[in-house]
Amino acid sequence: MERGDLRLSTASTSTAAPAPRRGRRGGALAALGALPFFLYVGVFLLLPVGVLGVEAFRATDPVSFDESWSTGSITAITEGAYRRAYLGSLQLSAITAVLGTILGLALSVAILRAKRGRLLRRLTLTASGVLANFGGIPLAFAFIATIGTQGVVTALLQDTFGLGLGGFSLYSMTGLALVYLYFLIPLMVLTITPALEALRPQWREAADNLGASGWQYWRYVGGPVLAPPVIGATMLLFASAFAAYATARALVGSSIPLVTLQIADALSSNVVVGSESLGKALALGMVVLIGLVMLFYAWVQRRTQRWLS
Amino acid sequence: MTSLATGVTGAGSVAPETPVRAGRRRGTGAWRYAVLLLLGLYFVVPIAASVWFTIRDRVRGGVTLEHYIAIPGSEGFAEAFTRSLGLAGLTVVLSLLLMVPTVVLVELRLPRLRTTVELLTLLPLVLPPIALVVGVRSVLAWAPDYFLNTPLAEAFFALQEPALPWILVLMYVVLALPFVYRALDAGVRGADLKTLTEAGRNLGASWPRVLVSVVLPALRTSVLNASFLAFALVMGEYTIAAILGFETFPTWIVRVSGSQPVLSVAVSVLSLLVTWVLLMMISALDRRRGTKETA
Repeated sequence: MERGDLRLSTASTSTAAPAPRRGRRGGALAALGALPFFLYVGVFLLLPVGVLGVEAFRATDPVSFDESWSTGSITAITEGAYRRAYLGSLQLSAITAVLGTILGLALSVAILRAKRGRLLRRLTLTASGVLANFGGIPLAFAFIATIGTQGVVTALLQDTFGLGLGGFSLYSMTGLALVYLYFLIPLMVLTITPALEALRPQWREAADNLGASGWQYWRYVGGPVLAPPVIGATMLLFASAFAAYATARALVGSSIPLVTLQIADALSSNVVVGSESLGKALALGMVVLIGLVMLFYAWVQRRTQRWLS
Repeated sequence: MTSLATGVTGAGSVAPETPVRAGRRRGTGAWRYAVLLLLGLYFVVPIAASVWFTIRDRVRGGVTLEHYIAIPGSEGFAEAFTRSLGLAGLTVVLSLLLMVPTVVLVELRLPRLRTTVELLTLLPLVLPPIALVVGVRSVLAWAPDYFLNTPLAEAFFALQEPALPWILVLMYVVLALPFVYRALDAGVRGADLKTLTEAGRNLGASWPRVLVSVVLPALRTSVLNASFLAFALVMGEYTIAAILGFETFPTWIVRVSGSQPVLSVAVSVLSLLVTWVLLMMISALDRRRGTKETA
């Protein structure tokens, strides 16, 4: 609490100089006012991640409990069950991110173009806000109640039509993908709607007047303008699916190979010495993979920007 | 990176409608209705099915609300729910104390830092929370390992008090950064803070007074928006609480799901719907203010 108060006071004193005339001293004080933010991010965001980067290379000897430097955990996570978990997570996130992008884009366009769609827009955007950001656990249970073994739709299909879900199981990779899309599509709608709104109707009219077909408009005008935000949104969806833990945990326990579930397993097992270090290595692996995805994103973004200008 | 999250946090602030023309073009797009219908079904069916799952009376047939009535009295609910409420309130206060001055300062005096601040606040959006919490666990483990019997270790242990785990508040402020920053930033940009504060200063108000009676009222809706987003985030956060082993509202839902599946579904549906209604109300408020200003 006192840190917060301190922050407020530094902020107000730092801006005490009249705005138009900014002396060197005023600038330094203003910079000091931003310090709490950087300190906070440094301690509670960057430090934990940095610690991960160091401690993943520490190993505890099972007999003497001595610590030493080792790449044992890092090697261990690239093989066997852990390798499968990484591949499973990457595959699930990639597939759901692409599907989420396409479906979310379609939904967003359909809503924006709907006649008298004001109420529809508002309903969809707020519902998207809820599902995309705060779903997690509730979503898993909604799906269990719907197409779980005791689910309403499962029972309906069985009782009235005498058939089940046709071999489909909620507690599988496909089932998980179905639930993930339930928060990824809304995330796409939220992210891409502002970009779609920024497409000026005049551009379309200009293209129409010049005799362009709908396809030509999207190929040469709309597409290029939308490409960077769409790629960015896909990356965000990917990161979001890759990091998802709550939904998977509530749905499938740990029966499906996913990194997040493996990390939780490694941390909760007190029996195996060194499992803590394994958990750190797995977490570091996730950070590195997300970092690579972001680098790729930055590269693509730079390419498209150059191409646009 | 910036375009990456433009809309993510705009949950409460539905942008004003731009005049996008309704489909008047050839072949007015039956596909739109197909998309709306199919995705509409996809989104409505699980919620409707969950509601039916919780209100149907399995014994006598018909409809009953007993599972909803049973929520407040169920074992552990009151404790976990109030703890989550407390954590959410503290997170909101701490987030605002940290971010309102930062955002205002960046806008008025330190525009050069904008990109850095923006990137840092977006980091929690792509960084997996589970990776973050593993790092936090490692740091917390320093207390018994290296700092035993020092004031620092005491502080570390105090942060992990199960009744009110402050460490969760500190982490949730980090998780809420993208939402809070973007909500506040949108407000600051929309309010033309520079002119307002200069006017205030010229009329002889002191800086603290300008902050309290000019800046804060101008940012009212975006502060409300940011608060709500942070609040909802905390009420739904599972990963960090579960890995650090604290019981909050979401971890409670998962714990009771084994023995009382219907109860867990009832609580889930209720929390989704309540969040949605609140968000609708805030966005309506946003719009009313918006129209008043343009009128």
